[in-house]
Amino acid sequence: MTHADAFILIDRVSKFFGAFQAVDEISIDIGKGEFFSLLGASGCGKTTLLRMLAGFESTTKGEIYIDGQPMSDVPPHRRPVNMVFQSYAIFPHLSVADNIAYGLRKKKLPRAKRREMVDEMLELIKLPGYGDRKATQLSGGQRQRIALARALILRPKVLLLDEPLGALDKQLREQMQLELRALQRQVGITFVFVTHDQEEALTLSDRIAVMAGGKVLQVDTPEGLYESPKTRAVASFIGNMNFFPATVRRNGAASAAIEAEGLGTFPMPIENITQPDGAPVQVALRPEKFSLTPEKPDTAHAVAGKVCEAAYLGERSHFHVAIEGKETPIAVSTPNQSRGGREAREQGIGAQVWLSWSPESIVILQGD
Amino acid sequence: MTETSNSSTKAQRSPGRGGLSGLLHRHENLRGFLLMTPTLLVMGVGIIAPFFILVTMSLWTRQGFDFDTTLTMANYARTWNEPIYGALLSRSFWISGIATVATVILCYPMAYFVAFHVHRNKMMWIILMTLPFWTSYLLRVFAWKVILGYEGVINSGLMAVGLIEAPLEFLLYSQEAVIITLAHAWAAFAILPLYVSLEKIDKSLLEAATDLGDGPVARFMRITLPLSLPGVIAACFLIFIPTTGDYITPALLGGPDGAMIGNFIQLQFGPVNNWPMGATLSMVLMMWISLIALVFLFITRLAREKIA
Amino acid sequence: MSDLSYIKRPNRPLQIYAILFLVVLYLPVLFIPLFSFNDSVYVKFPLTGLTTKWYVELWSREPVWNALWNSVKVGAAVAVISTILGVIAARAITRYRLPGKNVLVTFIMMPLVIPGIIFGVALLILMSRLGVPLSLFTVTLGHLIVCLPFAVATLLPRFEGFDKSMEEASADLGENGWWTFWRVTMPMVFPGIVASLLLSFTISFDEFIMAFFLTGTDPTLPMYIWGQLRFPQEFPSILALSALILFVSFFVVFVAQYFGRRGLESDQ
Repeated sequence: MTHADAFILIDRVSKFFGAFQAVDEISIDIGKGEFFSLLGASGCGKTTLLRMLAGFESTTKGEIYIDGQPMSDVPPHRRPVNMVFQSYAIFPHLSVADNIAYGLRKKKLPRAKRREMVDEMLELIKLPGYGDRKATQLSGGQRQRIALARALILRPKVLLLDEPLGALDKQLREQMQLELRALQRQVGITFVFVTHDQEEALTLSDRIAVMAGGKVLQVDTPEGLYESPKTRAVASFIGNMNFFPATVRRNGAASAAIEAEGLGTFPMPIENITQPDGAPVQVALRPEKFSLTPEKPDTAHAVAGKVCEAAYLGERSHFHVAIEGKETPIAVSTPNQSRGGREAREQGIGAQVWLSWSPESIVILQGD
Repeated sequence: MTETSNSSTKAQRSPGRGGLSGLLHRHENLRGFLLMTPTLLVMGVGIIAPFFILVTMSLWTRQGFDFDTTLTMANYARTWNEPIYGALLSRSFWISGIATVATVILCYPMAYFVAFHVHRNKMMWIILMTLPFWTSYLLRVFAWKVILGYEGVINSGLMAVGLIEAPLEFLLYSQEAVIITLAHAWAAFAILPLYVSLEKIDKSLLEAATDLGDGPVARFMRITLPLSLPGVIAACFLIFIPTTGDYITPALLGGPDGAMIGNFIQLQFGPVNNWPMGATLSMVLMMWISLIALVFLFITRLAREKIA
Repeated sequence: MSDLSYIKRPNRPLQIYAILFLVVLYLPVLFIPLFSFNDSVYVKFPLTGLTTKWYVELWSREPVWNALWNSVKVGAAVAVISTILGVIAARAITRYRLPGKNVLVTFIMMPLVIPGIIFGVALLILMSRLGVPLSLFTVTLGHLIVCLPFAVATLLPRFEGFDKSMEEASADLGENGWWTFWRVTMPMVFPGIVASLLLSFTISFDEFIMAFFLTGTDPTLPMYIWGQLRFPQEFPSILALSALILFVSFFVVFVAQYFGRRGLESDQ
């Protein structure tokens, strides 16, 4: 995406609270109608960035453009964005209908039209007939929907969501994820979504910005982040990952190999290697990319090990397999339908197994 | 009112808005302080300015019906050298100290009761306990005069039922009368901080102490009391400091033996008409209060470190 | 009471103590209305007979009405000003990252822990040096200093008690600061404002120490009572007047406390 067609352009934005730098020269482009997530652990600056989009925090440096307009001097109540707060911030002294119609005061609509719009919204969030309820009588999931309706009724250019599902229990959260995604497709508004839950971000988003320490580590699609993380931080934040310190071995221009701690030396397609001969790298492999077999498989990409920990999770089993030459055991995840997984589990802790992988599933990361 | 400064500017979308409102939009602290200004101004006029003039006047001396405005420590020297002032001060601190200790000890069980043993209508109990405090201080002192008086409730009551022949004279115009009245009048100031500190104690801590083998007494001494100490300290300050300067209670109930420093200060501004001396006595009182407060804080900190 | 946990078991001696405590707390004050109906100029047992003549006599006393009116004027002014100042101070304290916030709060609360006589004396000196004659205005200023800590202490928990994002949500939905204050902040802190108004009024209405030093020729009600205490023959009328003041104070403070604490507890 280029700057020209970016709907939201965050241009080298920094934020200081006193001497503490919460956001460090972040630049992000977000397209129109995109479901964009800011993902990171607490304190990574994602909420500060969202609040800068809403206008509750000023930018110390840099500029935010929404639909081509610079936002620095626009106070929150004049920005074309609306927000769903983490606490939902449902006004306790107003009814559900009055909460939803709160932002319509300035539009000076006739009463009947207002009513109609509110009813439409209640329909959209699947709470028809709730208009006269007191806001204090609502459950967590209902509050969340009211907060959505209250923001969407104003037809904002951008909807900001600050961990809106964090306060809900697991089952309700999963249901709301699906509804939220469907709702976004239905209304076609650009969503910027803040979360610390990587699974949630993967499920919902078109694209995700992974943040840490006030910086953006990587912006990519969910699949891109999972399959080809650019740094060790991203790789370990999204899903589980095994890391092996390794060295590049180039044999002339035609072929290359990787010498990884514990995995031995194995050939790699030359086009996957950009580093010079002898460069230290990290080999990263997801637990589910390993196959687990009782006998030595017919491939060069295999290593023998001993099961030192096993956990049954229903659909899958997780193992820790100790191998020679590596201090920390390897995490392996296998479907319980597979033969190797079943046998390893039956033999239990101490079983001798073979781990194999395909070279395509290996991710090579910079540095040591 | 956060954004009032912004809404006043019409040219929202033009970048680089300058001037005061732009400054205010960017600097949150400034907006906060601006909002505080009226309150701080009133407090400044009402507290800081009077304090400075009080300090200044305490360094003046009386000259006939006017003041000698040359700065001198003469008044301070007098309060130090003439025994009457020292005696009055130490009596004031003695009376206030006893009243404070009595109030805190008597109120502690009450606060404890409401914090731990009242489960319904807690709010009613708190209101009930603090209600008398909000009524006129003068009238409450007056009520004790009615009770303790020479022909007051107690004396006339006891005489009416034939328990005594003549009125008990020690009741009125004594230090004891002042102490009783002060303890009664300031009870709310002890109850509230005690209650708050007791209410804050996590009940599972008490269960844990019991579980680990403490009986009720040991549990109280080892858990409840140490954790409520901040409330005890707050209560002591809130009673001791204001009562040292009290003059209504001693004036109505103290008699010659119960007079306190407050009465003497009041005299300087009334019949004696020596304002500089009155200012000096006020300053001396404040300094002693600060000193005692510091020593008290130091001792409680030491005590707490011993416990911990 | 088997539904109560071990720690919360009822404690009989403590219950008795609590009842006794309340009796001792209220009894002294109750003697005032009791003797105000006694048909004798002497305040002593045994009571000689029931009468309302002291109240009737009060009715026709011009100075009492003047003093009452003075107290009401001062009290109303103090209540309104200290509540407004309290609202903006509480807002600034809770809504902004103010450096030195604790120092400011301590400063505002200082009058609570400084003997009233010192404030009274200091203000008296200031007024006389500035050449300001003592009047109801100087009393009002003195009472403001006394009442502000209570106003702020009543309002602060209200402002702390509601989520900052409520106001942000209003701004986010398009309302500017002024409308946000009226549509969100004000309704949510309203009980606190009522409580602050009532409490400030009562404190000012009953205040004596500052008034003693700062009153000019127009006495407030407590000053009038103080003046009459010198004359034993006036005792019964003063008792009647005091009984009326006590009754009104109790009622107003009860309403104020009820408003002030309700909601605060249900919010949690």
